[in-house]
Amino acid sequence: MRRGGLFYAQLAFSLCVCSFLIVPVLMSVTAGFTANYLHGVRSGLTLRWIGEVWGLYGDTIFRSMLVALSCLCLTLALGVPAAYALLRWKGRLGRAVEELLVMPVAVPGLATALGLILAYGRFGAFRQSWLFILAGHVVFTLPFMVRAVLAVLASMDLLALEESAASLGAGFWQRLWTIVIPNARSGILAGSMTVVTLSIGEFNLTWMLHTPLTKTLPVGLADSYASMRLEIGSAYTVVFIAMIVPLLVGLQWAAHPLKETTRQGAAASSSPAAAAAVQA
Amino acid sequence: MAVRAEQLRLTLLFVPAAAVLCAFFLIPLGSLLVVGAGGEFGLGAYAMVLTNSRYLRSLLSTIMVSGAVTAATLAISGIVGLFLFRNRFPGRSLLTAMLTLPLAFPGVVVGFMIILLAGRQGLIGEMTAALTGERLVFAYSLSGLFAGYVYFSIPRVILTVMASAEKLDPDLEAAARSLGARPWQIVRDVILPGLRPALVASGAICFATSMGAFGTAFTLATNIEVLPMTIYTEFTLNAHIAVAAALSLVLGAITWLILSLARTVTGAAVAASA
Repeated sequence: MRRGGLFYAQLAFSLCVCSFLIVPVLMSVTAGFTANYLHGVRSGLTLRWIGEVWGLYGDTIFRSMLVALSCLCLTLALGVPAAYALLRWKGRLGRAVEELLVMPVAVPGLATALGLILAYGRFGAFRQSWLFILAGHVVFTLPFMVRAVLAVLASMDLLALEESAASLGAGFWQRLWTIVIPNARSGILAGSMTVVTLSIGEFNLTWMLHTPLTKTLPVGLADSYASMRLEIGSAYTVVFIAMIVPLLVGLQWAAHPLKETTRQGAAASSSPAAAAAVQA
Repeated sequence: MAVRAEQLRLTLLFVPAAAVLCAFFLIPLGSLLVVGAGGEFGLGAYAMVLTNSRYLRSLLSTIMVSGAVTAATLAISGIVGLFLFRNRFPGRSLLTAMLTLPLAFPGVVVGFMIILLAGRQGLIGEMTAALTGERLVFAYSLSGLFAGYVYFSIPRVILTVMASAEKLDPDLEAAARSLGARPWQIVRDVILPGLRPALVASGAICFATSMGAFGTAFTLATNIEVLPMTIYTEFTLNAHIAVAAALSLVLGAITWLILSLARTVTGAAVAASA
């Protein structure tokens, strides 16, 4: 294909946009390993700042993992059955219920968090514990799990599969366990990655819900940006990016095999799973 | 009988999710409603976003920033997304990967990226100081917030544009080409109309996210007067709990309405992605 000026103009534009996004990331990586940012890389490379982050904020990393994994377990237990119920409830009722279920995504985290504080703030033990943060994260991430699973289930002819299983004598729970869940696995996988990614990065809710003893990674990040030197904030950001990027790669990988192996209908529906991650 | 038992089991499957939603979302929203109306201004607290000049100004600048962010992001990501979709060249997948890397960055991290670019020790400051002798620093203001939200939204919209461009019927484009349409005519008359539902949906998400976001503004400067920051200040610093509750409900209603509206306009096709 012949490439005109238009091609190169668009390429140049895309490269500009790309550098807007990537240059600060590279700066952060550089600053995180530079002895003194003001004097540049000439001042020498060091792991000192990573070490300081570990000492100052190590606990936030583990707390974020704990919250994210607990959140994943809960959204799996709550979301997968709920998605199947929504699939079966067609019509106005099903749509209304679905609309209600996805509302926590449409309402800003700040509002949900204020509501949680007003409703449960007086229960001291709950308010002080990391479970308070978990409650917010579960409500916020549940819609993503439900949607990812629902999209995959809706893209196949599940009813025919279930009818054949039923005609062979499989009961409700047996069908759920041997037909529905195995067929939903690509949605479950995509939903799981989305939930973990969102939970690890969640700030809007968490900033209001945390206490000095229950800081998560993004809360610690905000703290370091406000009160630590640039090098420490940068090193901490590098740690965060190193945690989140594998999840993101996994998410795209999880959405991909579906596209290759199933027909167009399913391929079209794999994008909501990707779009779910896009929401964050 | 069998149908009834089946319905009962389905309800059973849904009850746990419904209970959690009720306890940790609906009851909190109810508390906001009650507390918002229970302050010294009563139900008038809900009108204060319009009657109080400070809140109104905050609301208007939030809408202005969000609108500008949406327009800029749709234009930028539309051009880049279509370019990546329509062209194959060496390095294309690397470019795509880099453009979507910031996808999972929370608002706080985006704020820090803007500080690195346009803050006091930022790259843009260094460059402008070297070129003109004057240091350009705009991170800690509405312009910085605008840059941050655009940064945040670009990867999302690029992905949406590319995904929905893939679903367009390639025959339509081939037909247009065989009829002698030029590339820009194909984009204007075939591709953009086909992408419209996706653009409307992702534009609505972009607008609603910018309206309700908190992390970026929080990182850049606490005195940027956008509605989420105003709510935060009223709640934590000024202890105007009722006003904060009322304002956050109003904000939630606005973002929810925008997203619902976009879904109604574009139909069920994008329901899952909005």
